[in-house]
Amino acid sequence: MSASATPLAVEYVRILPELVLSIFGMAVMVLDPLIDERRNQRTLGNIALLGSLAAIIATLYQSQYPGPGFWNMVNVDAFSVFFHFLVTTVTAIVILTSYDYMEVQQIRAGEYYGLILFGAVGMCLMSSAVELVLIFIALEISSISTYILAGFRRRAAISSEASLKYFLLGSFATAFFLYGVALMFGATGSTSISVISQVLRSGQIPVLAYAGIALMFVGLGFKVAAAPFHIWTPDVYEGAPSPVVGFMSTAPKAAVFAVLLRIMFEANAPGRLWLIWVTAALSMTLGNIGALVQDNVKRLLAYSSIAHAGYLLVAFAALPSGGIPAAMFYTASYAAMNVGAFAVVSHFASAGERYVTLEDYSGLGRRSPLLAATLTIFLLSLIGIPITGGFFAKFYVFSAALQANLVGLVIIGVLNSAIGAYYYLRIIVMMYMREPREEAPVPAAPIGLRAALTLTVFATIYLGILPGGVLEYASRSAAELMRQ
Amino acid sequence: MPQNYVPIFIFVALIGVLIPVTLLAAKLVRPDNPNKTKLMPYECGIDPVDHARGRYTVRFYIVAILFVVFDVETIFLFPWAVKFKALGVFGLIEILIFLVILIVGYIWIWKKGALEWV
Repeated sequence: MSASATPLAVEYVRILPELVLSIFGMAVMVLDPLIDERRNQRTLGNIALLGSLAAIIATLYQSQYPGPGFWNMVNVDAFSVFFHFLVTTVTAIVILTSYDYMEVQQIRAGEYYGLILFGAVGMCLMSSAVELVLIFIALEISSISTYILAGFRRRAAISSEASLKYFLLGSFATAFFLYGVALMFGATGSTSISVISQVLRSGQIPVLAYAGIALMFVGLGFKVAAAPFHIWTPDVYEGAPSPVVGFMSTAPKAAVFAVLLRIMFEANAPGRLWLIWVTAALSMTLGNIGALVQDNVKRLLAYSSIAHAGYLLVAFAALPSGGIPAAMFYTASYAAMNVGAFAVVSHFASAGERYVTLEDYSGLGRRSPLLAATLTIFLLSLIGIPITGGFFAKFYVFSAALQANLVGLVIIGVLNSAIGAYYYLRIIVMMYMREPREEAPVPAAPIGLRAALTLTVFATIYLGILPGGVLEYASRSAAELMRQ
Repeated sequence: MPQNYVPIFIFVALIGVLIPVTLLAAKLVRPDNPNKTKLMPYECGIDPVDHARGRYTVRFYIVAILFVVFDVETIFLFPWAVKFKALGVFGLIEILIFLVILIVGYIWIWKKGALEWV
């Protein structure tokens, strides 16, 4: 890297979504103390929404200019554009859900929207970074934002607990990742994924590389809540504000899975198979069994997200040609259904997040038919019932695993899906077949939430009926990724 | 590669031996007659007034955090200043952008009233 070189204009286009999100994030932060306090909730939300929409447009614009930038630290390809689009869309939907949630919970919104945008910057950067140190920085940007967001219900002790736990364990986990990066650098002499890939493909693999991969996997496994690094998930998801949970169970996870895909497949990580095998089997089993005994809907969905991380990791054990598209499709469909589910949960929770137990959902089908129907669609998708995105997501993952002859893992996965159906159906049974015991009020859905739910329901059904387009795009970007 | 670690292991072993030996030797040789003043925590010769683990106001933390932010800023400015000529106009613009971002943070802190010692 020569010091005098100046980046070309096109290289700025290759980080355009990140730039747009940063500028809007800063605008939110500066305007927050400057404008009238009574009006600033909505205004700042609108600016943030505008920012995320601008970032979506920037992503589409960026896709016309693929290629490396900034001394080969970022690379825009179909793969990174896919995850950019996913993260920015999830951001927009979460902002839409947050409008009324913040008012109902009486949380001052200012920094909230700023932090969501800054988090999205990190997540976008993670998916396009092809250099381990930059990946680490992006991971930190996204993590620090989510640590703070987890504690945004300041009056609730449980929320502060969530934030602190997430922060302490999370920093510990990123230290593992960084140490892994250091060992990888020691083993291969580079932090650039393409160079690492060349070294690992040529001749003998140094022992240090195995240790490096394992340590990086610990750090990233924590972020996606894969067992045995999942302990934090139920507590944090229970305490954090519901829209934030919807956000951090999808967007950062998708971004970290993007990083994992690059490290595991593009860098051709040694020892990948058994590492993934054990983690995937453990996550699916522990997640589903843990969810069986939960009475709190947020905790239940937390365990379900551990289980889904497990299903997703099955794809990582498969061959690149089948595994990468399957994993990409899974992140997209999981994002749609989980953000949607948490949007419903956050609307129904009402002030102080009072109504979050399973009992509170009894009779929801009669009290608010439309909301209950929406939640039912998301839950059916989480089970993996046909004509929802969840079905094809699981189908592609398991068929990719079968192509790689991972029969044992697929059997564990399918058995777990059957267990999983029980607790999702429990919520549905509660909503439709129980009399409401206590009259938990169900306010009419505000416009922001309606828009968010319409989008997520549409995405869930679309991926369940016409998965071809997204899958084909994913396959194309996987092929492109493996060619480099 | 592993043979490069041999000096480190020798070093670790030496530490393990030398520290107990020094401490033990000092214990055997030195005179031992403690009194209250000698056992007090050292505070530049002033008598300590209170427990060191008392609680103090949270405002100190805010100031400390602020300090860290501008400290990091300086750390980033030094390497840029050293390489100023080589980095040229591009470097200048980049560092200005960096400073603008920090100033945004400063304005935010200011307007939020974190600098006022109420």
